[in-house]
Amino acid sequence: MTLTTDATTTDTAAPSGPVRLPAGGTLARPVDPSAPASAAAKIFNHPRNAWYVAAWDHEVTGKSPLARTIAGTPIALWRNSEGRPVALADTCWHRLAPLSQGKILGDEIQCPYHGLRYNATGRCSGMPAQETINPSAMVPSFPVVERYRYVWVWVGDPDLADPDTVPDMHQMDSPEWAGDGETIHADCNYQLILDNLMDLTHEEFVHSSSIGQEELSESEFEVTHDDTRVTVSRWMHNIDAPPFWLKNMRDKFPGFEGKVDRWQIIHFEAPGTICIDVGVAKAGTGAPEGDRSQGVNGFVMNTITPETDRTSHYFWAFMRNYCLDSQTITTQLRNGVHGVFGEDEDMLRAQQRAIDANPGHEFYSLNIDAGGMWVRKILDRMLQAEGRPSSAAPAGQGA
Amino acid sequence: MAALTQTRWQRGRVAEVEEVAEGVRRIVLEPEHPVPAAPGTHVDVDLGTEHRTRTRSYSVVRSEDGGARLTLSVQLARQSRGGSRHMHTLRAGDEIAMTEPVQSFPLSVGASRYVLVAGGIGVTALVAMASALRRRGADYQVVLVGRSRRVMAYAEDLVAEHGDRVRLHVDDEGTPLDVAALVAEVAEHAGARHTELYMCGPIGLMDAIRGAWTGHLLPEPNLRFETFGSSGTFAAEEFVVRIPQFGREIAVGPETTMLDALEDAGLDVMSDCRKGECGLCLVKVLDVDGQVDHRDVFLSRDQKERSAHLCLCVSRAVAGADANAKARTRSNGNAPAAVTVLLP
Repeated sequence: MTLTTDATTTDTAAPSGPVRLPAGGTLARPVDPSAPASAAAKIFNHPRNAWYVAAWDHEVTGKSPLARTIAGTPIALWRNSEGRPVALADTCWHRLAPLSQGKILGDEIQCPYHGLRYNATGRCSGMPAQETINPSAMVPSFPVVERYRYVWVWVGDPDLADPDTVPDMHQMDSPEWAGDGETIHADCNYQLILDNLMDLTHEEFVHSSSIGQEELSESEFEVTHDDTRVTVSRWMHNIDAPPFWLKNMRDKFPGFEGKVDRWQIIHFEAPGTICIDVGVAKAGTGAPEGDRSQGVNGFVMNTITPETDRTSHYFWAFMRNYCLDSQTITTQLRNGVHGVFGEDEDMLRAQQRAIDANPGHEFYSLNIDAGGMWVRKILDRMLQAEGRPSSAAPAGQGA
Repeated sequence: MAALTQTRWQRGRVAEVEEVAEGVRRIVLEPEHPVPAAPGTHVDVDLGTEHRTRTRSYSVVRSEDGGARLTLSVQLARQSRGGSRHMHTLRAGDEIAMTEPVQSFPLSVGASRYVLVAGGIGVTALVAMASALRRRGADYQVVLVGRSRRVMAYAEDLVAEHGDRVRLHVDDEGTPLDVAALVAEVAEHAGARHTELYMCGPIGLMDAIRGAWTGHLLPEPNLRFETFGSSGTFAAEEFVVRIPQFGREIAVGPETTMLDALEDAGLDVMSDCRKGECGLCLVKVLDVDGQVDHRDVFLSRDQKERSAHLCLCVSRAVAGADANAKARTRSNGNAPAAVTVLLP
């Protein structure tokens, strides 16, 4: 893993010459404005040629449109008379009023201001007070796929939108799994959330009362990757189950006591989906070798959609493969993870504020960042293919 | 599309010029600030003439190297308003003022079937669309209409690329397009309600298709077209605009428009798109000595027949052609047509 210098200049860093100390006295990395964009960008750009979750399936209806900004693009989401989801740019061709505040009329959406109507392809289908329709009148329409209980949209080149490249989140609607989730509106760049999920060492410090334990930072992990995916695996053998997992073991094995083998296998799929295979099994019963029958297994389903450069939609769910019929356990797990992720949300917001408050400071990396750094490298390549820099911040604004 | 129609002007260099069919010149431009041109986009070119409407729009036939090379193709119009004649004087190495690619004719995603109809040089708007549809694996058909193969640019290329998805209708080979049959075929197809027809060509052809389209009650939004207001039923000729409220009579030469002529004469006229789409320059017609050649797409067919209004930016008047014109009784055969209008 190599770190190159960030491409963007800042007010406090000299482009070349002697290293300067910023006000806080910390040694700042010298910044070379001519260097290529690097994986260490602090405000990471997002690829546009990608499927992003725009909403839970139940949020998109044929009753009233949903307004949501996806990858910097304001979108109006609704369903036509056949129930198919539609994603149109949320701005009328005429005077740019938001269509999301308009009405759904069967297979058309009507602008709330002057009543122009658009069909699902974004073509204007009705104009007030004239007998014809201006042939130029249309709004961009985005490819949409409904899959895994989510509505996915593609804001990039529509000719590249292949539904087969929607990231795999099959546990979300498989009969072998049960569970539910929520959405966090996170006040941070999407890449900070990916960093958070690609290295779970932070659980020991951020989530000490639920899933954290000191064995996390003591155990080794393994990182593998291909062009679009990164996997980080960590096993902890013969340890005490932390409170969250002890409760789950006792749901499946009433009265369980004793040591467990614990696993966390983090599966990233570009650009923003991370499904984490987590669980514990009775120690020494063969879970590392593949027999998980004496344990409990969950999948933490995460998919992060950049909203703006500094805000994100963080869709998550916790799916389990035991006690499938228990709505009580579904609710308990959802509430439990809600509490855990609330701790992350606070940390991410604070981190983003600190990043913005310290524009002259660079990121440094630890060995534990390997997973997150491979993610950055994959995203960086996607951005390069689109001819866009990895840093979203303009020069001088503390990339 | 609203989000993509901001016009940014820049310099462009002419990289190549080549005759691709009789009277049709392929011009490859290298813009200063390349951006990829999606199918359906056009660039506006500043002709640098003294007329107010100095710009002309030309479809991007091909975008290469992320838009670093943009191919246009220009047919020398028999009755050019000056645009095509100017474009035909360009030579490799010349510099021009041009816009970034502007999108007002986007190819949609997800229609069950696409029919592209090109009349003459209108093919330039559809070449890139056809390629995109082929790459997508879409169900599509390309219908090419022309007077003669000699003047039909890109016909051979399209046949080579799309094989039997291309249908050729050539007047001088006795295979003209039967518009009624074409639209009936669309209407009878199983996916008719989700079939989109994209057309670009002479206004007569497009009016005929539109008439048949509405006749079959096909959804109007599925009929997509682009016109730069450059095509009329009749060739452009000089005529006179009379504006009694100001006691003015203004001559409109074949190379200019009524809107330009009125503005040049110091009249305060409202307009926006200047290509016959928005209807802002609509005025009342009080009298016609000759016939109005409505070149806009704002007025409906009925409204054009009533001719109570016209769009100043593209429409014209012609003296000949109409056997019923009361004009003939009032003026000698060689006098220019005249249209009397009331300005708002």
